[in-house]
Amino acid sequence: MGAIYKREFKAYFTNMSGYVFLGVIFLFSGIFTMAVNLLSQYALFEYTLGNMSFVLMIIIPVLTMRSMAEDRRQKTDQLLYSLPLRASAVVAGKYFALISVFAIAVGAMGIVPLILSLFGSVPFASTYSALLGFFLLGCALIAVCMFLSALTESQIIAAVLGIGAMLAFYLMNGLASLLPTDKTTSFVGFILLSLLAGLVIGLLTKNVWIGAGAAAILLIPVITVFLVKGDVYAGALTSMLGYLAVFDRFDSFASGVFDVGAIVYYLSIIVFFVFLSVQTTEKRRWS
Amino acid sequence: MIEVRNLTKKYGSHTAVDGLSFTVEKGRIYGLLGPNGAGKSTTMNIITGCLAATSGTVLIDGHDVFEDPIEAKKLVGYLPEMPPLYTEMTPLEYLRFVGEAKGVPYEKREREIKDVMEATGITDVKDRLIRNLSKGYRQRVGIAQAMIGSPEVIILDEPTVGLDPLQIIEIRELIRSLGETKTVVISSHILAEISAVCDHVIIIAGGRKVADDSLEGLEKRATVGNGLEIVTRVPESRVRAIVAGISGAEIRDISSEGGKATAVIGPGQLSADGLSEAVFKAFARAGETLLSLCWKESSLESIFLELTDPREYEPAGPDEIAGPEDGDAPDGDDGGDKPSDGKDGGYVPLFGSGDTEE
Repeated sequence: MGAIYKREFKAYFTNMSGYVFLGVIFLFSGIFTMAVNLLSQYALFEYTLGNMSFVLMIIIPVLTMRSMAEDRRQKTDQLLYSLPLRASAVVAGKYFALISVFAIAVGAMGIVPLILSLFGSVPFASTYSALLGFFLLGCALIAVCMFLSALTESQIIAAVLGIGAMLAFYLMNGLASLLPTDKTTSFVGFILLSLLAGLVIGLLTKNVWIGAGAAAILLIPVITVFLVKGDVYAGALTSMLGYLAVFDRFDSFASGVFDVGAIVYYLSIIVFFVFLSVQTTEKRRWS
Repeated sequence: MIEVRNLTKKYGSHTAVDGLSFTVEKGRIYGLLGPNGAGKSTTMNIITGCLAATSGTVLIDGHDVFEDPIEAKKLVGYLPEMPPLYTEMTPLEYLRFVGEAKGVPYEKREREIKDVMEATGITDVKDRLIRNLSKGYRQRVGIAQAMIGSPEVIILDEPTVGLDPLQIIEIRELIRSLGETKTVVISSHILAEISAVCDHVIIIAGGRKVADDSLEGLEKRATVGNGLEIVTRVPESRVRAIVAGISGAEIRDISSEGGKATAVIGPGQLSADGLSEAVFKAFARAGETLLSLCWKESSLESIFLELTDPREYEPAGPDEIAGPEDGDAPDGDDGGDKPSDGKDGGYVPLFGSGDTEE
């Protein structure tokens, strides 16, 4: 894992993408610091971070797009497969390299509150807990985008998928609140989601029966629960879609709350998508 | 060292490798030979753990590649068909990365990288970006990568593709010197390459093994195709009649062009000289003349063409012609008949003419 990590980390700074990523983050954090902290004279750096989360939406897919896709395109994945390394070590090496690049950005942003404290009183505890939340938000988004990069050998497709997913996460709460909360709509929504999951699984495994099986496994409890106790569906779809609102979890940090629930939420997203990336990498040997 | 048992790989409905079994012994150079699309690369990818098999097992020094991949992969250095190079690195950086990933201890790493770079002749370009290197140098960096960590087995998939003739000779030298201390498996669709460096040849076609023999064994087997070529102005039918009078001799191939007939006569039980004399006498007795009479040695090339001919291996099945034990005592009838069956498969007299085959 160490070798992969070192190589990947270095690669971000030999092919510019690391510099571009850091440059964009520094530019926008500078602009927002200027606007929020200096011109509007707020001592709270959390507000700046709140604005920065929007920048992550664009810049993280661009940073991560090559992480897995490029290996496939250049056929270097064959080297990685033939090395005495587990797929989990390879993926973990790549993931840690990505979050290290992001950590540089977050670390540098951590200096800003110190500078601000020279000119007024800064609530360090809430500022740095917000910075931690910001870092975890970024790590979760990186995990999602890395998984999307593992699905394709085209960097462009990886970036487009990534930005699409980020947008969906960003808008999810707003979209979910548009949906009616009655139980029938919710039930239909769950059926559609189950079918969609089956379709995605079927496409990923290129096997109609596995996809159909997955859809059936999801549909059976969905229908059973509806028949037995339909009332649980009231509002269920909205709240389930709310779980996908990755960005909104950061709001509590941005308003100065240390939200343990959100930390657990981000960590589980990270684990889940890193796991999916490992599975995708492992699975490719079978196709 | 490597044991492949009943390996099968299916891509959807297409079977790339079909029940392949063979054993690679320690300290020899093996050649995996076959026409394009025979399943060579697929087989190598499976042996090195880059690809999972549909069924079958691969053991490397007792370690199953699927069950115990880390231990198995430690023993193998692999150069895939396309050298897996990070083009934004220099060869030195790249080899350091591979060395570290293969778990070569830090103290030994630099020394080993230096040795490998010297052996593959890339010391001069070690600080240039791989992106800017020529195809030949990239291929060498790829081979160097396989050699790092001094694995017991080195597997090279078409190592000389895209190189110029001088580089090909150098790489062959390198493979031969590797073979002195290690087990080497190379693949190629070029027969001359295999016969230049390998001790042992495994020929596969259509995903199945059609021959598995030492180079000498195959050459011995090739002599079954030896024959006497005559050119004469006598019409074909008359040639047949005359040759029919010689006991043991049989006409394998006959063609006429511009009033001349060219025939290839199989010796049957006769020796080369015996057949030449008998043919000469028979024509003399019949009052006919010969324009030329020439003993032609068959070659590995003809064996290769014969074995990999789709019409041959499909009905025959791998067992009938495979296996080293058949090699020493080829039955004259079977082996001798085959070339005459495939008229257009023909009689390829010159060894090594396959060099140009792509």
